[in-house]
Amino acid sequence: MLEQAIAIWSQIPEALRTSVWIVLKIMAIILPLLGVVAYLTYAERKVIGYMQSRIGPSRVGYAGLLQPIADAAKLAFKEIVIPARANKVLFVLAPVLSFLPALVAWAVVPFADGMLLADVDAGLLFVLALTSFGVYGIILAGWASNSKYAFLGAMRAAAQMVSYELAMGFALIGVLMAANSLKLNDIVLAQQGGFWHWYFIPLFPLFMVYWISGVAETNRLPFDVVEGESEIVAGFHVEYGGMGFALFFLAEYANMTLISTLIATLFLGGWLSPFEHVPVLEQIPLLGQNGFHWLALKAAFFLFCFLWFRATFPRYRYDQIMRLGWKVFIPVTIVWLAVVGVFVHTGFGPWF
Amino acid sequence: MFQLVLFYAFSAVLIGAALAVITARNPVHSVLFLVLAFFTSAALWLLIEAEFLAIVLVLVYVGAVMVLFLFVVMMIDVDLAALREGFNRSLPLGMGVVLLIVLELSVVLGGSGFSGKGGPVPLPEGGSNIRALGEVMYTQYVYPFEIASVILLLAIVAAIALTLRRRPGRLVQNPGLQAKVRPEDRLRILKMPSETRD
Repeated sequence: MLEQAIAIWSQIPEALRTSVWIVLKIMAIILPLLGVVAYLTYAERKVIGYMQSRIGPSRVGYAGLLQPIADAAKLAFKEIVIPARANKVLFVLAPVLSFLPALVAWAVVPFADGMLLADVDAGLLFVLALTSFGVYGIILAGWASNSKYAFLGAMRAAAQMVSYELAMGFALIGVLMAANSLKLNDIVLAQQGGFWHWYFIPLFPLFMVYWISGVAETNRLPFDVVEGESEIVAGFHVEYGGMGFALFFLAEYANMTLISTLIATLFLGGWLSPFEHVPVLEQIPLLGQNGFHWLALKAAFFLFCFLWFRATFPRYRYDQIMRLGWKVFIPVTIVWLAVVGVFVHTGFGPWF
Repeated sequence: MFQLVLFYAFSAVLIGAALAVITARNPVHSVLFLVLAFFTSAALWLLIEAEFLAIVLVLVYVGAVMVLFLFVVMMIDVDLAALREGFNRSLPLGMGVVLLIVLELSVVLGGSGFSGKGGPVPLPEGGSNIRALGEVMYTQYVYPFEIASVILLLAIVAAIALTLRRRPGRLVQNPGLQAKVRPEDRLRILKMPSETRD
């Protein structure tokens, strides 16, 4: 049986075999990602529920574990309503445009040493380019809906995401100066040697800027003026129902997962174990070993923080968001880039 | 062979998108077709292994410049009838300019530099386009590069200085003061004896 399968496999032409292999790899990334996204919505409701002395979803399945599936089924069977005088083509295209970059960016994320879909030379730039593309879905959704609230949300989104992208880009420059490479895999490898080799120590201000900008970039609380339930109903997606809304929802959570994974990869050593070269702990079977589990653990911590922020902080005022982005973060990153330049020149600490 | 097919496919999309930019009736559609044109030209650059240029084109033009373009185009109400009014009058001038550009392009492209025979210089095995570009830019051409960046910085400062207006009577908040506020400054708690009913 197995031999037959191998025989059939080897008869397929080379080019087709490569493409089948690539499609399988893509599926191996996207399907678990969708699972993570689905259960992230469940985790969000549970975590915030407990933070607010409630129990969250508890009726569908054991402890409400089937709730995300029930939600997905509900959204899939809902009617898609296209508002009067809306721009039909763009109205349908917008959710797709917002979901697409959230998935494509995963192509360059390393899950373990060398375990990534495409080892692009400019991996970091690729991620930055794709995350900056995500704003189109939101702007077009707001414009195509032919609704004032949606349009206000879109305008806010455009201004906010463009502002915070700059700060994020500057923070990434610090990382690539330290790692001497744009490949995400090389950036992780440059942080080898225990948690004191990770970049969050020498690049601490950039780490904080990247983290907070990441929250702003995904339009999560406390930066969710784009949706702002109490001001503009639900912002850009107010006119969407059914799968259109579901795609925006998926895009937001996929982006949160992506940002969390990127923070873990760039500043916290990705799939590296923190106990490398720590005398006793290094020997512990799973904890001392590098591998995907460490990346998952680190990303899960940042995802939890996303939920935690949502339960803790009140929404920022719009002008304060802009001030934070332009007048605080960008000067901080520029000053720290100069400091990093001195670090690189002097070969400071174990990092450079 | 496969690359050639891709090249023609992307080129066809690029030309179609570029034509749609000037023929689309809706200005927002025009901007989106321009985004598509940038994307396909980035794909063409990827085909000749200029991945840095391709990604930077998407990052800068699609990610930032076109978002601001879209922002502005969505805000203004374009009256197409008024825009098309002077079409016939300015047609000769436009044709003249286009002819001139075509002539100049044919002179440049017909010259020795663009024979189209050499193609891109192949990179050494394991070499990276970004590394090569960075090495040239920061060693051989470091002064032109730095001067260009200083000129750009100057342009930013000049643009802000030219458009900055100091209007009298403008209401400005001081975030530092706002953050420093304590409950005692804003809130007065009165102690008063309870009223008795008699």
